Amino acid sequence: MSAYLPVLIFAVLIVAFGVVSLAVARLARPSRPDVVKLANYECGAEPIGPAWVRFPVGFYLVALLFIIFDTLAVFLFPWALVLKPLGLSAFWVMAAFIGIVGLGWIYAYREGVLEWK
Amino acid sequence: MSVPPAVSMFIAAFILLNAIVGVVTYITLLERKFAARMQSRIGPYYVGWPHGWLQPIADAVKLMIKEDIVPAPADRAVYNLAPLVFLVPCMLVFATIPFAPGLGVADLNIGVLFFLAVSALEIVGLFMGGWGSNNKYALLSAMRAVNQIISYDLPFIFAALVPVLLTGSMQMSAIVGAQHGLAGWFVLYPVIGQLAFVAYLIAALAAENRVPFDILEAESELIAGFRVEYSGMKFALIQLGEYAHMLGTSFLGALLFLGGWLGPGPAWLGPIWFLLKAVFVFLILTWVRWSFVRIRVDQILAISWKLLLPATVVLLLATGFVVAAGGGRGL
Repeated sequence: MSAYLPVLIFAVLIVAFGVVSLAVARLARPSRPDVVKLANYECGAEPIGPAWVRFPVGFYLVALLFIIFDTLAVFLFPWALVLKPLGLSAFWVMAAFIGIVGLGWIYAYREGVLEWK
Repeated sequence: MSVPPAVSMFIAAFILLNAIVGVVTYITLLERKFAARMQSRIGPYYVGWPHGWLQPIADAVKLMIKEDIVPAPADRAVYNLAPLVFLVPCMLVFATIPFAPGLGVADLNIGVLFFLAVSALEIVGLFMGGWGSNNKYALLSAMRAVNQIISYDLPFIFAALVPVLLTGSMQMSAIVGAQHGLAGWFVLYPVIGQLAFVAYLIAALAAENRVPFDILEAESELIAGFRVEYSGMKFALIQLGEYAHMLGTSFLGALLFLGGWLGPGPAWLGPIWFLLKAVFVFLILTWVRWSFVRIRVDQILAISWKLLLPATVVLLLATGFVVAAGGGRGL
């Protein structure tokens, strides 16, 4: 795992960069809040109610499809690395797997899941 | 006198961080100049001579001394944390990119996978910003963002997998190493390379939320999307993250398809070649951005799910066949 130590150091440095620049800005900037300034911005109209209302999550089915294809991607990564030594037999196995997932895609297409409503 | 490894790692990470911030700052000027040229304007001109080269510095200073407004109805913790959560994955993608042989923070053997995994995390910070603002525009934008980014992540992954498949390795230095020689760049690989590069560019445009896929920014309907309530340094961090992510994607495109640091001349020119190629990819994306109009949300989803996703999967299978039948490069 020692190969990941530089990545960790880099991540910590990025966080430090963000925190320091926010802190410097805090010292440098004015702060004169008032009621109108702190209201939500809606092009000058007064906001009616909070934004946190019930929201039709239209991409619910899209998210399900995404998980399926992301799983496919998870299987593709190791396959891509060992394909060359294993040769055509590994290719046909993956082709059959993608074919099955593809049938699912065709089903989703025909059921109209891919249409945005 | 030998330097402890932790110290040299720290120095490398520190230099890379500063280089990214510097290049990102100036790439905004490049984009503004480029866009201005396309529209027969001059662009920033007055701050610094010649041609307003101090403009990005002036912007940074101005954003730093701007008042920071946290809307009263906002969820303060989520709202304040969002810029940082957004910035970290956007800049962390650079961690696995080598800029010349041995010149980088960490040349992991899962480099490409790391890049794809980390770059997809930006959506967390983006959604936190949209939700935490308690603003209707921001919320709509955040919802659209999730929808769009998860839709285009898949073609992006599959397009980036094509060079991995041709090389047989996810290590970035190995991918560049497989592109040596005349016409060795993967963009020049017959048929497969060009199709994969085009798919990569389209998916990159959508993943970066650029026009024509910028429904979540959509100045004319959602004002500026999820960052409408942000001001001052928090806004600056979000912008920095966005451009850093864009630059990272350009670097990955240059590395996967344009041969990374390979180029004529002595070895020390390598990083410069790499930067030039990345800027070239960036300029292609900018060119598209300033040439096309925004497309509708249903069209965006249709392009991804009905066209780009099946096309990239078929392309990947075709590449797999070529590699399994003895083609490809590397190992």
